[in-house]
Amino acid sequence: MEFSVMIGLLLEGTGITALIFFVTLALSLPVGMLVCFGRMSKNILVRSVFKFYISVMRGTPLVLQLMVFYFGPFYLFGMQLSDTWKQMAWILGFSLNYAAYFAEIYRGGIESMPQGQYEAAKILGYSKSQTFMRIILPQVIKRVMPSVTNEAITLVKDTSLAFTITIAELFTQAKALASREANMIPYALAALIYYVFCLLVAFIMERVEKKMSYYR
Amino acid sequence: MSLLEIHNLKKSFDGLEVLRDISLQVNQGQVLGIIGPSGSGKSTLLRCATGLETPDAGEIRYEGTFGLVFQNFNLFPHYSVMKNITDAPIKVQKRPKEEVYAESRALLAKMGLSDKENAYPYQLSGGQQQRISIARALAMNPDILFFDEPTSALDPELTGEILKVIRDLAAEHMTMVIVTHEMNFARNVADHIIFMDKGVIAEQGTPEEVFGSSNERMKEFLGKFGENA
Repeated sequence: MEFSVMIGLLLEGTGITALIFFVTLALSLPVGMLVCFGRMSKNILVRSVFKFYISVMRGTPLVLQLMVFYFGPFYLFGMQLSDTWKQMAWILGFSLNYAAYFAEIYRGGIESMPQGQYEAAKILGYSKSQTFMRIILPQVIKRVMPSVTNEAITLVKDTSLAFTITIAELFTQAKALASREANMIPYALAALIYYVFCLLVAFIMERVEKKMSYYR
Repeated sequence: MSLLEIHNLKKSFDGLEVLRDISLQVNQGQVLGIIGPSGSGKSTLLRCATGLETPDAGEIRYEGTFGLVFQNFNLFPHYSVMKNITDAPIKVQKRPKEEVYAESRALLAKMGLSDKENAYPYQLSGGQQQRISIARALAMNPDILFFDEPTSALDPELTGEILKVIRDLAAEHMTMVIVTHEMNFARNVADHIIFMDKGVIAEQGTPEEVFGSSNERMKEFLGKFGENA
């Protein structure tokens, strides 16, 4: 096979990898905030439900979750597995899994906020939602940024787990090419692409963190 | 005219009675100093009066609004000095921006911090931060201003600037309730002193009356500060 064809296939895979990465972040970052609210709810029932959800998501392998999301409907309801459902399965699997981790990161950030910030806001007459949106959240975002960066970098590599449900992302492509060519070059190239992707994520997040360093 | 009346206030934490039966009144233009040993309940009294704690029993009646200056300033670190002062008047009181900005600049000038408008709290000394927090409270135009040990978190050489600000406010007849450890200051600036001990008001009156009191606890307390009446 021509080298350029190989590169082309790997880059196609990289496109899918990037898609999984961005869709997962776009969904799990906000959903994680909702899960966090549920986890911190004053209602014990709500709190327990979300606590259980988080413990299952963190306590079982993401690979297994992807399989359950993809094959579950077939085994449970005899639903015909379609390509649309395959797309749905990875979106649900990745987003719900990462939302659980982000929820715990947010909770850590919120709980680290000094009580005095809430008290000052209360005395000044801010409503509960104003207090959260104007005073607490901006500071929490800054505090959780390093942990979010960590998760984002982990996600770059976790996208490769999509190969288990035959999504044609970078790792799936590399694996196929390696067995066809019977050499390691596709793997080496894939590794290089993942590495550069992670470097890029780290670089961008560093810029974002720097932007927020105007206060302490 | 009384701006604040507290009747028979009681508060316990885990069965420990912190406030046993507190009644007091704050009149317009009055500067009330609250002194007493640590654990006597003075901070809890202030926190109940400002709604940060819910009392177990008793009645708190306000005529008008109040502000609070915290021991640890509690400025918003992500807001500039100006935004710390102007945000609540604009977003909470919905007052016009221009008016709030003009007033806030005047307050900053009064605090001697006109050049710090665009600074962030972490760039300021403790004394400067506390003056900003006083300006932030004043920008809401409160009828009463509470101070919770406003100099306790400051280095000794910085307490003077805060005490001067409070003294200036007293000269303008700002109604204030000040919980403090600064005995000389309480004596000089307050026109009514409450001495709290073990959750009750053990002694109260004019500074002369309280500091000259024959109350044993009061004398013991003042003795610890190395002071004589």
